[in-house]
Order: sequence, then structure tokens, then C-alpha cells
Amino acid sequence: MDLDVLFLSRFQFALTIMFHYLFPPLSIGLGVIMAITEGMYIKTKNRDYEIMARFWTKVFAVVFAMGVATGIVMEFQFGTNWATYSRYVGDVFGSPLAAEGIFAFFLESGFLAILVFGWDRVSPRVHFFSTIMVALGSMFSAVWIVVANSWMQTPTGFHIVGEGMTARAEITDFWAMVFNPSSVDRLVHTLIGAFILGAFFVMSITAWYILHRRHERLAKQSFTIALVFGTIASLAALVTGHEQANTVSRTQPAKLAAFEGHFTTGPADMWLFGIPDEQREMVNYGIAIPGGLSFLLHQDFDAPVTGLDQFPPEDRPPLQIPFQMYHIMITLGMYFIALTLFASFLRWRGTLFEKRWLMWVFVVSVLGPYIANQAGWIAAEVGRQPWIVYGLLRTSDALSKAVTAEEVLASIILFTIIYLFLLAVWLYVMNDKIKHGPDDVALEGADGGKTGLLDTISSLADHAGPSMTDARKGKEKK
Amino acid sequence: MDLNFIWFVILGVLLTGYAILDGFDLGVGIMHLFAKEDLDRRLLMNSIGPLWDGNEVWLVTFGGAMFAAFPHAYATAFSGFYLPFMLLLFALIFRAVSMEFRSKQEMRWWRQAWDISFTVASTLATFLFGVAVGNMMIGLPIGADMEFAGTLLGLLGPFPLLIGAFAVATFAMHGSIYLYLKTEGDLQQRIHRWMWTTFGIFLVLYIFVTMATLVMLPSAVTNFRDIPWAWVVVVLNVLAIANIPRAIYLGKPGYAFISSSATIAALTFLFGFALFPNLIVSSLDPAWNLTIYNAASSQKTLGIMRWFALIGMPFVLTYTIAIYWIFRGKTKLGKFSY
Repeated sequence: MDLDVLFLSRFQFALTIMFHYLFPPLSIGLGVIMAITEGMYIKTKNRDYEIMARFWTKVFAVVFAMGVATGIVMEFQFGTNWATYSRYVGDVFGSPLAAEGIFAFFLESGFLAILVFGWDRVSPRVHFFSTIMVALGSMFSAVWIVVANSWMQTPTGFHIVGEGMTARAEITDFWAMVFNPSSVDRLVHTLIGAFILGAFFVMSITAWYILHRRHERLAKQSFTIALVFGTIASLAALVTGHEQANTVSRTQPAKLAAFEGHFTTGPADMWLFGIPDEQREMVNYGIAIPGGLSFLLHQDFDAPVTGLDQFPPEDRPPLQIPFQMYHIMITLGMYFIALTLFASFLRWRGTLFEKRWLMWVFVVSVLGPYIANQAGWIAAEVGRQPWIVYGLLRTSDALSKAVTAEEVLASIILFTIIYLFLLAVWLYVMNDKIKHGPDDVALEGADGGKTGLLDTISSLADHAGPSMTDARKGKEKK
Repeated sequence: MDLNFIWFVILGVLLTGYAILDGFDLGVGIMHLFAKEDLDRRLLMNSIGPLWDGNEVWLVTFGGAMFAAFPHAYATAFSGFYLPFMLLLFALIFRAVSMEFRSKQEMRWWRQAWDISFTVASTLATFLFGVAVGNMMIGLPIGADMEFAGTLLGLLGPFPLLIGAFAVATFAMHGSIYLYLKTEGDLQQRIHRWMWTTFGIFLVLYIFVTMATLVMLPSAVTNFRDIPWAWVVVVLNVLAIANIPRAIYLGKPGYAFISSSATIAALTFLFGFALFPNLIVSSLDPAWNLTIYNAASSQKTLGIMRWFALIGMPFVLTYTIAIYWIFRGKTKLGKFSY
């Protein structure tokens, strides 16, 4: 593969957006759980809920800060690396980005200050209100970004003005742009993906506490909240995912054909797994439900589905990445449903927390939604290729003319180093926060069974004496 | 008044808001290492803890608004300033995480490392903002295709470097005055000296920058011929600067802070005024300037976006005022501090 500006700029965008996307979905999902927990506290006055609400807030702050730090990059990267794209679509695409700043970021950042630093400065009700506003703000942010991205998938509400070098898209109908054919489906599915991540994140941490017999009562309480939320979200992902496949089949048939390795127009199979072969136009080493895709889309095993043969080779998306990512996402989605339903059943029977093996499954299962969220987006974005705006502008025509390959390569190297470093520090700090647990000394149980490097480091930190923060607790004036 | 002009003004307001608000927290970052004790450094960081994130949103919104209203200027500027801009992004990333991570661990080396990272990142970000403003003032080598045709080294001329240094001095002063308002006791006494020192450096650089602008950039004052009332801003600027030492001397730091905010607002105004009606000046041929007309989005988009601004701005002002009100008074460390 050539190290040209096109490849490098795509690589850089993928790198920065995927790293950024480790954080916002967690903010969105955790935000809802935070709001539920604090709401329970306001309603029941049970201090357990308060302790946990404070704990999740602290974790949330670290996640949020990383989201902000890596998000600024995204706001400007259209200009730095995709200047021609920016000129071509700025009239349409710029307004959702501006709206995100005005309507979402200010809301989020303002109320985040109260959420994190304001526990002792405002009344519980005002604090609860702030929590809800932060949770809503992070969703508003998703609204505008998914709207902007969906317009790139299914552009509507614009016309092309000018010719050749000066041609550009100009808006004709703002609401048609916002409610383009895919935006609502994609937004709902994106948010649900974030909810699943939030739920599994909370279940992972609290399952670990339960296994180590720490903060048990608090952990079981939070686990149950997250389990209910996660079960509903996992089931909803199935429904919205199905809706989305229907939309894609109508609006971006080439993408769906790539997802399912469907080459020839006609009845379409649904692959459980496999390895598509672009040259020989077939799927190897796979198992398929014959006519499965036709049935899902048209409730008829023999209904024809548009295949890749309807598109000239230069308009076809690459096959391997969308196919695999799409199937990874779906397989994981099924796994979430099975796991949460099974755990909900045991919870109802009252035996869930005795199943140590299942708790371990939950500890590691947080990786699932992470992978599923990333995989879904990779499938969606690579599946849109070779277009940057579907059917309108090719990715290869969208680059910055003033930027050289060396410059992009230099920034990629720096991004890689910095992001790997930040990821390591973030994991270390998060691990430490989680090992430290909710701040309630009276509830601390015996801390047994520590193994591994991170445990050792964290226990060293624990024994270094009470932290500054703890020592100052008594001195607070307000 | 046409929509293009309105959007030029809105961008000016966003930039001014950013310079005043993030200006003081960048200034706190620049001065951070001058505080020696761990407790003092925590107080410094926590004085801006609840505020810096909201302040930075002004920049993000400025970026989004510029993309939507003047996409050509957005595309030309950010692809032209590619590497300096990447450096700026890295600086902003490190600033954010330095504050978030610093006090999460006890180890001395850990805190020391994040302290240095915080100051270096804050200083670098401010310096690069200044360099960018300096380059915008002298103009960029923009071709007929609206694309930047220069080199990285070409962006590091003496005038932009001078403006970069001036930006650092301005924010250091602005941040010191802010810190004086938020601290007490011994630390406040030491910060009192910071205010005088940074003001001195600011004043010297202000005189240099003014002379350099008048000598090297006669074009920067051409707009004054058509719109003479703008001299009022120059006079107010000088008065505001003069009021800073007066207010410090009289022990009225609140007035000093208002004066330094007014100074920054006036300087931002003069920057916009010098550019108008251009957004990016081509140093190759004035016909290739990117103006508020040839770089703009359609009237329809500017009209839709005006509604965003009208609906959004009251909310933004409400949040901003509410947050500053809730976190008023001296900074105290508590359970939830950094």
C-alpha cells in the first residue's frame, strides 16, 4: 500500500476518531446510570445510593476529560486534513457542528462543573438537575454528530451550485438535512450502543467488587440497576439494528451487500461467519442461513436483494473489513442479549451473586460493547467507501491540497505516541480509582486475593497513607 | 447590515469570549510552576478546575461556527497551519489531562511531571495562538485557488513570534490577576508580586507590538480612515491598560481583572478591525484575499445559523454566569478537588 496523503489522512482520521470513541459512549452510558442512581437517592434518601452516585461521578469525570481532550482534535480535523471536503460541504455539514458547540458542549461543560465540583455548593436537587443536564448534553452532542455523519451516508436537503473546481453543496432544506433518511435510526442505535457500554462497564466494576467481597451491598445494588438497564438496551439494540439494516438496504444497497458478502442480485443468504473473497466473488469457510437476509428484509426467503453486481467496480466498497466488523458486532449483540437475560433470570431467582464464574464473565465482558461499538462504526464508515459523501464526493477528492504526506505522517506518529501514552495513564488512573472504590470507610471489607502488577502498585499506593484528599476531608469549611 | 457581517461579528464575539475566559486559565497554567509548594499548585489548578472546560468550549464553538459560516476560511487556515495546529492540539490535550491526572497519585515524580506538562502545554498553546494571529495580520501566501502555498518556516517570521510572546505575557498577567482574586494568605502575597512582574513584561511588549504594527503593517490602520470612531477603542484600550496598575496599587484586584479583560477584548477587536472585510489576507495578491463574502456559506445557511446563535447565546450566557456565580469566592480544597 502506498503511503500517500489519501491513505495517511484516512489512517489518521480512523486513529483519532477510534481513540476518541473510547470515551463519549462511556460518558453517555455512564451518565444515564449516574442519573438513575442519584434519582434513587433523591427519592429514597438511602445513603447507599448517594455513595454510589458520588463514586460514579468521579469515574465519569476522568472519562469525560479524555473525551474533551481528544474531541477538540475532531472539530478541526476536517479543516486540517480534509480541506476540499470542508469547502465542498461546509454550507451543509458545518451547521450541525456549530449546533453541537452551541447547544450541547456549553450545556455539558457548564453543568459538569456542578456535577464534579459542586456537591457541597448546591442543594441535592440542583445537583441532581445538573446530573440530568450533563447526561442530556452528552446525548445532544451525539444527536448533532450522528446527524452530520448520517448526512454523509444519505445526503438530502441540498443542491449543487457551481461547476468543476468551484462546485459545492448548498443547503435547501435544513430539516430535510437533519432528518435525512438514516439519521433517526442511526442515532437511536448509536445511543443504545452507548447505553450497553455504560451498563457493562458498571457491571464489570461491581462484579469485581462482589468477587473480592468489597462494598458488597453497594456493588449488588449498582449491579442490579445496570443489569436492568443493560438487558433492556441489549434487546433494544436488536430491534434498532434490524431497523437499520432495512434502511441501509434501501439507501445504501452496496454497503449492505458488502456487509453480507452478497455478490449477485437475487435471494440473499445471511452469513453467521465467513471470509469473503473479492476476486472469486464468493464467501469461504462460512456458514449461512439460506435466504436469511431476504427473509429479514422482506419476510420472504426468495425475495431478491441488490448485490454488488449492480455497481461498477470503482463504486464498490472494500469487502473484508465491513463484512467482518458487521458480523463481529452482530455476534456480540447476540452475546449481550443471552448474557443479560440469563443473569436477569438468576437475579430474579436470587442466586446471581453466588455464581462466581458468572461474575468473572461480567468482569471481562466490558470489552464486548467496546469492540461492538467500534466495529459497528468501522462497518458503517468503510462500507460507505469509496464515497466520503455517498454518491456525491469521493474520499480521494476530498483531501487538503496544502498538506503533504510527510506532514500527515509526522502528525500520525505524534498522535500514536501521545495516544498510547494517554491510554496507559488513563487505564492506570481508572484502575486505581476502581481499586480505591466508593468513599465510605465504614463499609470497607477485607481486601483479599490481590495478584498481578497493577494490584501490587495499587496496594502500594493504598499503604502510602491516606491521600491528600482524605486528609483534608475534616478541614472543609462548607 | 448583511448576514456576512453579522457572522463576522459573531465570530469576533466567540473569539473575544474565548480570549478573555480561556485567557485567564491559560495564564494560570503559564504561572503554575512559579508556585513551589504542592498545596499551592493544587490551589492554582483548582481555582480553574470547574471553569476551564467551559472556557475551552468557546474555542470549539468558534471552530464549528467558522466551518459553517466561512468554510473556505476554515479549510484554508487549518490546512495551511497544519503542523503548528497539530502542535496546538497536542498542547490542549496535555493541558486537559495534566489537570485531570496530576493529583490522582501521591508520587512526587508523578506530580512534578504533570506540573511541567501543564505549564509547557499552556505556554505553548498561548504562544501558538499568538503566532497564528500574527500571521493572519501580515497575511499568508494564498494562491488564486484559495490554498496556502507557503512553508512551515515561513510562518515563523519575527512579527508572528513577537505576537506569540505578547500573547504569553498578556495571558500570564491576566491569569495572575485572576489568581490574586481566588487566593488568600501567603500565596496571595506572592501572587501580588507576579501581577507586577507580568504587567511590566506585558507593558514593554505592548509598546513593541504597537510600534511594530504601525511600522511593518500600515495596512492594519487603513480601516481607521473610513471608520474614525474606532479610535475610541484604541483610547479605551490604553485607558484599560493604565487602569491595571492603578487598580492593583489601590488594592482593587476586581477592577484590575475587569481592566485586563477589557484590554484583551480591545486587542481582539483591533485584530478583527485590522482584517475586516478580509478573513485571510493573501500576501501574494490582494485579489486572492478570503473575504467575508467570497469565503462564506450561502445566505440560507447564514440565515439558519443566525437562529442558532439567537436561540443558543442566551443559554450560553446563563450557564456561564451561573457557573461563575456558584464557584465564586476563594478557592478551597475539598473532597472533590483535583
